[in-house]
Amino acid sequence: MASHQPDRGQRGLPGGKPKYSAFAIAKKAMNYHQDWQRAWRDAAPKDEYDVVIIGGGGHGLATAYYLAAVHGMANIAVIEKGWLGGGNTGRNTTIIRSNYLWDESAAIYEHALKLWEGMTQDLNYNVMFSQRGVLTIAHSEHELREMSRRVHAIRLNGIDSEILGPAEIKKFVPTINIDQSIRYPVMGGFLQKRGGTARHDAVAWGYARAADDLGVDIIQNCEVTALRRERSKITGIETTRGFIKTPRVGCVVAGHSSVIAAMADIRLPLASRPLQALVSEPIKPILDTVIMSNAVHMYISQSDKGEMVLGAGVDKYNSYAQRGSFPVPEHMLAAAVELFPVLSRLRMLRHWGGIVDTCPDASPIISKTDVEGLYFNCGWGTGGFKATPGSGHVFADLIANDRPNKIAAPYDLNRFRTGLLIDEHGAAGVAH
Amino acid sequence: MGLMKAKPAAQQMRRRSSGGRIDRTKPVTFTFDGRSYQGYEGDTLASALLANNVHLLGRSFKYHRPRGIVGSGSEEPNALIRLGRGAYAEPNLRATQIELYEGLYAESQNRTPSLKFDIGAVNSLLERFFPAGFYYKTFMWPASMWMTYEHVIRRAAGLGRVADDHNDPDRYEKAHVHCDVLVAGGGAAGLMAALHAGRSGARVILADEQNEFGGWLLAENDTRIEGVDANSWIAGMVADLAAMPEVTLLPRTTVFGYMDHNYLTLVERVTDHLAERPAHLPRQRLWKVRAGQTVLAQGAHERPLVFSGNDLPGVMLAGAVRHFINRFGVLPGNRAIVVTNNDDAYRTAISLNEAGANVVVADLRIGASGPLITAAKDAGIAVMAGHAVTLADGNHRVARVEISAVNEGATQITGDTVHMDCDLIAMSGGLSPAVHLHSQARGKLAWDDRTLCFKPSATHEASFNAGACNGSFDLGAALREGARAGVKAATAAGFKAFTSIETPALDTPKQSWRPLAAWKITNGEEPGRGPKAFVDFQNDVTASDVALAAREGFQSVEHLKRYTTMGMATDQGKTSNINALAILADALGSEIPEVGTTTFRMPYTPANIGAIAARDIGHLFDPTRLTRMDEWHRANGATFEHVGQWMRAWYYPQEGETMAEAVNREVLAARTTAGLLDASTLGKIDIRGPDAAEFLNRIYTNSWLRLGIGKCRYGLMLKDDGMIMDDGVTTRLAEDHFHMTTTTGGAAGVLDWMEEWLQTEWPDLKVYLTSVTEEWSVATLSGPNAAKILEAAGIDIDLGASSFPFMSMQEAHLGGLPVRIFRISFTGELSYEINVKARHGLALWTLLMKAGTDFGITPYGTEAMHVLRAEKGFIIVGQETDGSVTPPDLNMNWIVSDVKADFIGKRALARASMSYDDRKQLVGLMTTDSQRVIPEGAHAVIDPDQPMPMEMLGQVTSSYYSPNVGASIAMAMLKGGHSMLGSKVYFPMLDGDVIEAEIVEPMFFDAKGERING
Repeated sequence: MASHQPDRGQRGLPGGKPKYSAFAIAKKAMNYHQDWQRAWRDAAPKDEYDVVIIGGGGHGLATAYYLAAVHGMANIAVIEKGWLGGGNTGRNTTIIRSNYLWDESAAIYEHALKLWEGMTQDLNYNVMFSQRGVLTIAHSEHELREMSRRVHAIRLNGIDSEILGPAEIKKFVPTINIDQSIRYPVMGGFLQKRGGTARHDAVAWGYARAADDLGVDIIQNCEVTALRRERSKITGIETTRGFIKTPRVGCVVAGHSSVIAAMADIRLPLASRPLQALVSEPIKPILDTVIMSNAVHMYISQSDKGEMVLGAGVDKYNSYAQRGSFPVPEHMLAAAVELFPVLSRLRMLRHWGGIVDTCPDASPIISKTDVEGLYFNCGWGTGGFKATPGSGHVFADLIANDRPNKIAAPYDLNRFRTGLLIDEHGAAGVAH
Repeated sequence: MGLMKAKPAAQQMRRRSSGGRIDRTKPVTFTFDGRSYQGYEGDTLASALLANNVHLLGRSFKYHRPRGIVGSGSEEPNALIRLGRGAYAEPNLRATQIELYEGLYAESQNRTPSLKFDIGAVNSLLERFFPAGFYYKTFMWPASMWMTYEHVIRRAAGLGRVADDHNDPDRYEKAHVHCDVLVAGGGAAGLMAALHAGRSGARVILADEQNEFGGWLLAENDTRIEGVDANSWIAGMVADLAAMPEVTLLPRTTVFGYMDHNYLTLVERVTDHLAERPAHLPRQRLWKVRAGQTVLAQGAHERPLVFSGNDLPGVMLAGAVRHFINRFGVLPGNRAIVVTNNDDAYRTAISLNEAGANVVVADLRIGASGPLITAAKDAGIAVMAGHAVTLADGNHRVARVEISAVNEGATQITGDTVHMDCDLIAMSGGLSPAVHLHSQARGKLAWDDRTLCFKPSATHEASFNAGACNGSFDLGAALREGARAGVKAATAAGFKAFTSIETPALDTPKQSWRPLAAWKITNGEEPGRGPKAFVDFQNDVTASDVALAAREGFQSVEHLKRYTTMGMATDQGKTSNINALAILADALGSEIPEVGTTTFRMPYTPANIGAIAARDIGHLFDPTRLTRMDEWHRANGATFEHVGQWMRAWYYPQEGETMAEAVNREVLAARTTAGLLDASTLGKIDIRGPDAAEFLNRIYTNSWLRLGIGKCRYGLMLKDDGMIMDDGVTTRLAEDHFHMTTTTGGAAGVLDWMEEWLQTEWPDLKVYLTSVTEEWSVATLSGPNAAKILEAAGIDIDLGASSFPFMSMQEAHLGGLPVRIFRISFTGELSYEINVKARHGLALWTLLMKAGTDFGITPYGTEAMHVLRAEKGFIIVGQETDGSVTPPDLNMNWIVSDVKADFIGKRALARASMSYDDRKQLVGLMTTDSQRVIPEGAHAVIDPDQPMPMEMLGQVTSSYYSPNVGASIAMAMLKGGHSMLGSKVYFPMLDGDVIEAEIVEPMFFDAKGERING
């Protein structure tokens, strides 16, 4: 992994779209910003495409972008039933890291992390990828042992990771409480310095604009109503804006994958559950890294705007409704105050829910299906945002070549038949 | 201001000579930005500052523009201050919601070095280069510089500073209540609803975010109800409600969340308004209410108008101005311009005029008429119909205004521009109902073309909307709706309510509630030019930002919000949403209802995290579970480890001993004489019922139907994916009665798991499960002298191997204590697990320690337990296993029945990959350097010199120094391990060192098992 570098294809808006820069802003300011163009065209669906991507979230847009940038395809559409990035792309807590236990997970998340490093320049769009580090806290002897296992594996996978003791943690994160008398004290932690956060909406917009530059049609407010097949081969899709002929359909719609799959008589092993997050009012900087704690189900960072961004564990019931139950954030906030007492006198500003689609092994599906030309990319659970570029990159490769590459291969649907699962439940804990 | 000295400024120059709901006999001294001022009890910080002619309260988020007070309540976007000192300091509070108390200490925010001279204001000079979304378009090169740019951006952003001392000294509490009717909002409609619901005998909660009930009525000095002035009517209503035993009045309480099934969350500010805070009271209280019915009566928010310079201090909402004049007796300015698209602002003009201000009204409407307008004109107020404020100007405070004639509809300037000096602008763009709670509860909204606002339509909850939050702005309508909603809610909750509703006799100005559909007032220049006109004050989003977003394709409301940050400030868009929608609709050539609105989410106003966490922190964060022997362990110097919620004795160091020395001593003692372990934390589940054996047969992988009574058996349970989930010994106490043990950490999960299967998959089985973990205390006595110690302690059964064989249980008396003794072993030694009723735990422990003294009995902790079982190659679930391990992986095929029809996980074990050769399998390891212990978690490789990423075989799961073997021993899960016996593997360390080890059978001591009978 360390030696492997992803093929970034054509970079920096080769299609000729005007580029963003401080210079461009200064120039446009002379005319009071009246001359800015649309970030992406408001395309109407054509009759036929070589590939249609269903789902205009980060993963779908990235897939379309890499199909164009790496595989040289141009006749591509991304169709989205609502607005771009309106699903989990715009609802997550923006944590990015690649310090996973299992080799298969480390491979895809590290592939993604390498693409994050340089994404702003690739897309000519500042996605504010900020490598301020992700520090995972251990609160018991058992967690220290698990941490040791993870760090040994991560390091031998060529990925950066280091173990910190409580005093080193305090030095790195001055606001944290390392008092050993609290219920679940900070006993240690491991840090991935290359991890961090990014501006989630910008990822969708940046991919959309760069894909558009390469000729991809981005079609919002267009919902799929049926898949058209001949024998066991995709021939097109029915949408609320008419029939679109295409031999290849990439479906990247998270929890609603089950709905699309059912249109092709496929059952996917997915369960959808609410995942809640919230932010505090903005304050001057007090936290300059990302802290995760699986034992107390809490993760926290501070956005560039100054809001403390907090996430909780998954609600335990299945639902498609984008909200959860109060006890989950209530418990999470108690845990947050334990670790960061300063939060007590801050206020919760905004709270929201997303829906995470999760496989039985808590790893995604990136796969062909028994229907020729129909591909699925889903099941990212709580880990989807950080994977966005890697997921799009390998999915584009799968669609372009009709066979998975080495990174994508373990995520084939067939693993649920063979039992060759990549069980991230124990390894990843509740939250990514 | 400039003349004011540091001594208390007593003049309150803007305080009216009379009127208002302040107590002029109780002056209050407070500090703002180091200066001392005076106000009165009953003031808010905002009203007291205005009384002292202080309008400049803060700096804006992005451009650091000077900002003052806009509103009078929770809608306030600008006047955010830092309240309190030291550990009590709290940022970002709205001055309009802070009740004044003696000694109050407040500071402005987001300015360096001072409010008047803020370096950040340089942004304001460059604002043309910072349009919405500018940061997405720049700071890209060189790539390595982003973290530096970001560092600067982060410091410039944010609002207030947190407390200097991070440990919050205050206490918070939670209350859980059920009620029949919850009324959110105690204005005209809410009071009527509470009264009518309350009269039925229903349990009613009336909550209002303000310190007093009455809402907007508190400021309406032109209104009489039932023959008395509005304030007297409110007092009467509150007195009636207070007399009702089933009615709970909660002032200073914000209903901030509305979740499924009428579950609402409220935060009550109990002592925030007090100078002296009684120790017995919490600072705030979180109410978690399950309401039978709700009445939402939260009122409405006034909208600003969007014109150039509308963010200057001194530009306020018209209703707020009226509020400050009539409720607080403060005149915020002497030369006032009222600019409006509706009738209501005329009431403010009249109040201003009555208070002695010089007033000019600029009415965007050309032909507006009505009693209020006539009354204003009759009072001598200059009314400029068909005129708009097109520019406000001034330094730190509005000083001049440009007023221009506009066309019908106020879409264009038609010439005729005048300039006037002024020190106050009161603006009104009409009212937006506070539909937040309705919307949080997934209620739908519908645009009303007449009153130009979103009103509640269908709801999913047992809920009624009443009054201004339902779009019924007229007082008479609000009173009627409130009464009706109260009756309906009480009736729906099952109470008999009086159905005849009398509308109180009203004497209030008649007015039209149909504003002109104009909010953004062009300043005559090309779009985007000229001074900025703000839509979202706090986040510095301007009208041209909204237009720019639309131009760039961010046309969905959600995109607009995310691209410009419109509506995402701490006021959550209460004043900005509709204006932004109107401008977006205009840019798109569309209509507001087509553009839609964003989802309202909890909380209605920001809620303290401390109040939500409340007492669930510290030692109440999660229960700490202690065994009955804990007292002895502590008295005897044990160190402890966290195992789930339990604190378990880890080892018992003696004077001067290291951990390794202590553990070695304990491990040796258990094999040479006897050791004693507190095993009380093991999960214990009582399983009863005629189908109990059949149930176990399905839960465990091995056979249970023919287990004899009094016999014990080890079992493994799998998840449905075939992976090991838990293990333990289960004993048959009777034909239909079993005693199951689980791992300490897995107990609750196993009980849940088994209940789920019983309740959802096998409801036909008659089996009952009860957790009995805490019913029993358990001491495990292990070692060659174990039987002798039991005899010394006084046992009334024969311990001989034939009468009490391995894997059986007997009831007995030990030193007089009734006990259950299980002859099972996790050490490989002769071993007895002695269970007593929990309360006898300490007695049992001390009895055994005393009886064993002559034999050198040694208490041992969990670390020694781990070493002892590892010497025998026994696994620990959660250590050797991680949710990806099957019984065959552990060479435990012997425990998987191939004759049973089914058990959980059986089908999964038949999958192809379960028999792959390269599965990780359990092996033992002996290090080449026998004294070197491999760290647990280290990963094995064949070639330690290969490049990254390395091909890993698997990980060390358990690793110890074994004093009985005299060498380091380890267990590991390695790919294809079962066929690698005798091979050498290497463990690269984090520091670059490499440890070499040989793969062996995971059995390091007494391989033949000869010690089990002592």
